[in-house]
Amino acid sequence: MIDSSLVLWGQTVAYTCYAVAVILLVGWFGIAITKKGKGSKVSKPLFYSFVGMLVVIGVSLHIVTYNTIPWVPMDLDRANIKADRVFEISVEKHQFMLPEEELIIECGEKVLFNVTSYDLTYGFGLFRQDNSMLFQMQVIPGHVNDILWEFNSNGVYTIRSTEYSGPKGAQMIIKDVVRVVGCE
Amino acid sequence: MSYINTLMNGEQSVFSAKKLTPMQRMTLRFVVVGLLYYGIAVIEGMIMRIYQIEPISVLGESHFFAILTAHPLVGIFGSTYSIVFGAFLFLVPFLMKKPLWSIRLANSTFWLITIGTFIFWVAGFVSHFAPLYTLYWPLPADFSQFNPVGGAFFIAGIALVMLGTVFFVINVFKTITYTPEGWEKQPAGALMADAIGYSGLRNLFRKKSKQKEHLVSLPVAAIARGTVDTALNAGIILFTGVLILVYMVSHIMGFDLKESAVDALLYKNWFWWGLDLIADGLVLIFVAGTWYLLATMITGKKLFMQNIARAALLVELIVSWTVWSHHLLSDQAQPGWLKIVSGELVTAFELITQGLAFFITLATLWSARPLKMSNELKFLLGGLLGFALAVPAGIMQADIGLNRILHNTQWIIGPHVHVAVLVGLSMTLYSAIYILFPILTNGAKLYSQKLANFHFWAHLIGGIGMGAFMGMAGLNGMLRRTIYYEGEFNLYMILAGICGGLLLLAFLAFLYNIIMSVGVKGVLGLFQASENKTKDLLPADNQ
Repeated sequence: MIDSSLVLWGQTVAYTCYAVAVILLVGWFGIAITKKGKGSKVSKPLFYSFVGMLVVIGVSLHIVTYNTIPWVPMDLDRANIKADRVFEISVEKHQFMLPEEELIIECGEKVLFNVTSYDLTYGFGLFRQDNSMLFQMQVIPGHVNDILWEFNSNGVYTIRSTEYSGPKGAQMIIKDVVRVVGCE
Repeated sequence: MSYINTLMNGEQSVFSAKKLTPMQRMTLRFVVVGLLYYGIAVIEGMIMRIYQIEPISVLGESHFFAILTAHPLVGIFGSTYSIVFGAFLFLVPFLMKKPLWSIRLANSTFWLITIGTFIFWVAGFVSHFAPLYTLYWPLPADFSQFNPVGGAFFIAGIALVMLGTVFFVINVFKTITYTPEGWEKQPAGALMADAIGYSGLRNLFRKKSKQKEHLVSLPVAAIARGTVDTALNAGIILFTGVLILVYMVSHIMGFDLKESAVDALLYKNWFWWGLDLIADGLVLIFVAGTWYLLATMITGKKLFMQNIARAALLVELIVSWTVWSHHLLSDQAQPGWLKIVSGELVTAFELITQGLAFFITLATLWSARPLKMSNELKFLLGGLLGFALAVPAGIMQADIGLNRILHNTQWIIGPHVHVAVLVGLSMTLYSAIYILFPILTNGAKLYSQKLANFHFWAHLIGGIGMGAFMGMAGLNGMLRRTIYYEGEFNLYMILAGICGGLLLLAFLAFLYNIIMSVGVKGVLGLFQASENKTKDLLPADNQ
């Protein structure tokens, strides 16, 4: 499975290009409408082409991500996929309780993190050592909160609550507690 | 003219509060209070930004989160609601060419929002009640972290704001439909049907010869449709407030109710349904309506593709009722079909409806070339740019795949929320303020165009820059709603802080410019009782 950092990189490039283009467009428009000339009506075909483009972009974004981001189909179908390893994790009183002191994962394994909250709404996220995010999910009390993830490169990850649960929850962090091993 | 004289009496002593009609006075009061609350929200934002760079020792964690809770509520209710409600309570009768249904009710809205905001702000400041605006169950009822008495005052403040909101809703719809004294009987049902879009929808299925003429103008239709969402949102927030108050009062009286009696996921669904009526409903609809009004006022021309614009407003209203699930894409217990249909597909419609509004406004401006780059025009373009940047950022995060790595990061709150609110919404409101300023002040002169230019550029660069640096931090893993103690994201936060400083300077320049335009006496005069009892919107010599 491709790493989520690659997806983030792609998003950064795509959005930056878009942002620069739209800033330039509005800047050009601001200059153009103050220049001498005669006002002219914008043609209807141009308008409908623009609407069509919006429809295509709006729909295709999700089709593209479904087919290129591997965790999407896996996430939607996770009830039917057998995990290679399951970690049962609970949270209560702003504390994560892990099944083992260190969570070791073998390269290529599909791992199910099943997190149960006994009081508040929390978050559960894995972060790389440079603080960037691998993935996250919400942890709602009274409901099943599980996420399936495939690990294909060695790494050490920190668990952190990604949802605010009051001032006491600001530092719900367990450093370098997930280790992926065995990848060449 | 001496500096002191200008400071006290305004530029060329043109403005006189005594000459204002009660309607002008009411609207200007809303604007003044809205701007003051905006200033508070900006200062709060700067305090939090500094805290993110280096935690301030006199400010504990609990105080930081209390500010984080109050900040968006002061910004949305205290500032935006005040300015928008004040402007619309003036514009609806102005555009309908009839008096407001009740000035007394409008003044009640003003006081309820002003006092309610002050109460919840003080309650948060004193008691550190900090469940954030999201109020994820059962956090607001967690009395091991929060004082229930402080919480009860906080909720009471919000309830007052919502009561003021309900009065606004009644006033808007009554103004559209009622028959003023001495007028011919108005077709209330038909006016209402046209305002909310029902008659326009029926026209789509009628032959051209049998289609009915619109009874209300497009901006009024936009205000009416946004007001529908405002009403629904007030209902949800009031209901939630009562629920939380029940738990608080029970705890104060010594009975602890079971928190699990309320399903946390169900609660999250209906509360987000209600909250989204602001973020994805009334804001987008009101903004589109304001763009259309500004474009027609600036150009003096008819709106491009007016019928499509009306239809898009109706689509946006319906879309706003069905998009809430994009806030729950990371909730694994949320049904997958809801994530796909509501969270992704319906949400994508916002790209279309807001894109249409963007195009229609630009096309209307284009038809009137050459235009003078007035303050209202440049701020309108800034507002358009803000939403052109923020809406696609929101569409990206409303994707199941991308949400997995963006949810609750600074990306959400930076390029999406702050760019939408600070650049898109605020610059649109500033445009409206600049265009309405001479109308509402009976021709008061702006003190300095140079300050207005500085206001524009500092706000635009500050707003986009802050959103961009927050977004970069988010893409690198920085969460919102938490504190980093080891300076992990200091570079981004310092750069975002500099941009935030620009926003603050922009606001101060604007405030100074307005005070120098109308004078200190003029500002204070707004809060004195009106001697003029006319129901007219403008004095006879300004009509």
